[in-house]
Amino acid sequence: MLAALIIVFREVFEAGLIVGIVLAVTSAVPHRLRWIGAGLFAGLAGACVVAAFAGSLTQLFEGMGQELFNAAILMTAVIMLTWHNVWMARHGREMASELRTMGQAVAEGARPLVALATVIAIAVLREGSEVALFLYGVAAAGDGGGRALLGGGVMGLLLGVTVCLATYFGLMRIPPRALFRTTTVLITLLSAGMAAQAVFFLARANWLTTFDQVLWDSSAVLPERGVAGRTLKALVGYTDQPTAMQLMVYVGVIVATIALMRLTAMPPAPRIAAAK
Amino acid sequence: MFVDVVRKLTVVAGSAGMLLMAAQAHAAGPNEICLTYANGQFEPKEPTVPADAPMTIRVKNMDAKAMEFESETLKVEKVVAANSEAVLNVRAMKSGRYEFYNDFNEKARGFINVQ
Repeated sequence: MLAALIIVFREVFEAGLIVGIVLAVTSAVPHRLRWIGAGLFAGLAGACVVAAFAGSLTQLFEGMGQELFNAAILMTAVIMLTWHNVWMARHGREMASELRTMGQAVAEGARPLVALATVIAIAVLREGSEVALFLYGVAAAGDGGGRALLGGGVMGLLLGVTVCLATYFGLMRIPPRALFRTTTVLITLLSAGMAAQAVFFLARANWLTTFDQVLWDSSAVLPERGVAGRTLKALVGYTDQPTAMQLMVYVGVIVATIALMRLTAMPPAPRIAAAK
Repeated sequence: MFVDVVRKLTVVAGSAGMLLMAAQAHAAGPNEICLTYANGQFEPKEPTVPADAPMTIRVKNMDAKAMEFESETLKVEKVVAANSEAVLNVRAMKSGRYEFYNDFNEKARGFINVQ
């Protein structure tokens, strides 16, 4: 039971942090729970499919299917998070400063929610497929541990939900004005971290082996597998043995996000002229 | 302008050097370790490979349950479905003793000796 609890909690933990952040980011958007729920559901369904076809997935791309699949979904999440930030840079200010009709706000607010719902689906998919495989394995063994397993799994899940709610309520204590800035920084770092993890998987697949020398080893100070290391890994992509390529991509994503936000957030002069 | 050209040249030279190093590393050829996982145990438990060369680990899972081959120190983890096998690439490592285990059953453990 304890084994089930630990494994389920460990996987749900990372997804819980991400869902908590998304809940805080979308706190002002109407009907957000519908989108977040859809993301969760899609992620769970996807996790079951991935778990069911884990064997075949592994054999793809000369045995590197898992690595490339992980890299691909992580890069999708990076694009979605960047899109969200850029969209918010352009419209967030308008939405806050101008008085808009509720209908418009709903229509426009829904657009970046597709991006965030996708991010949730990906987070749940990644963590959920391992849980599904583990639980299926224990259940298939049929050594009468079904009830204990279910108990452990449910408790792990509840702990994960607690992490999610703690993240959400923690962020909601931040005053609304500062919240936008905080979540923008959080989402940018989340996306840079995911990009660095994608680089890791590409390196493991031998698809990207340039600049793969390890820059430093901080595993003695802050191990990636400890509680603090895991939290930092999920939030900002911490790794205790980063490669040069990982660091370059990490910084690159941050710089690109800032540049894109600056570019798109410029005052829309032509529109003002047209309004006159 | 001049600074820009110098910077570009440095980057190009650097990348070329790195590529050359990467190519040399690959020329050394990966060393393969074959591990069999059956009845909740790895076999062999302490394989040995040469240091400073990339290696591949082939894990055959003979059990009816999925397992996750994992090593924190070698920085690899991979799900191996029931009755199937998977290959993991490991970067060149310094000599040492690197622990691996099944993440779904942490009692199953072993070491890779890199010498």
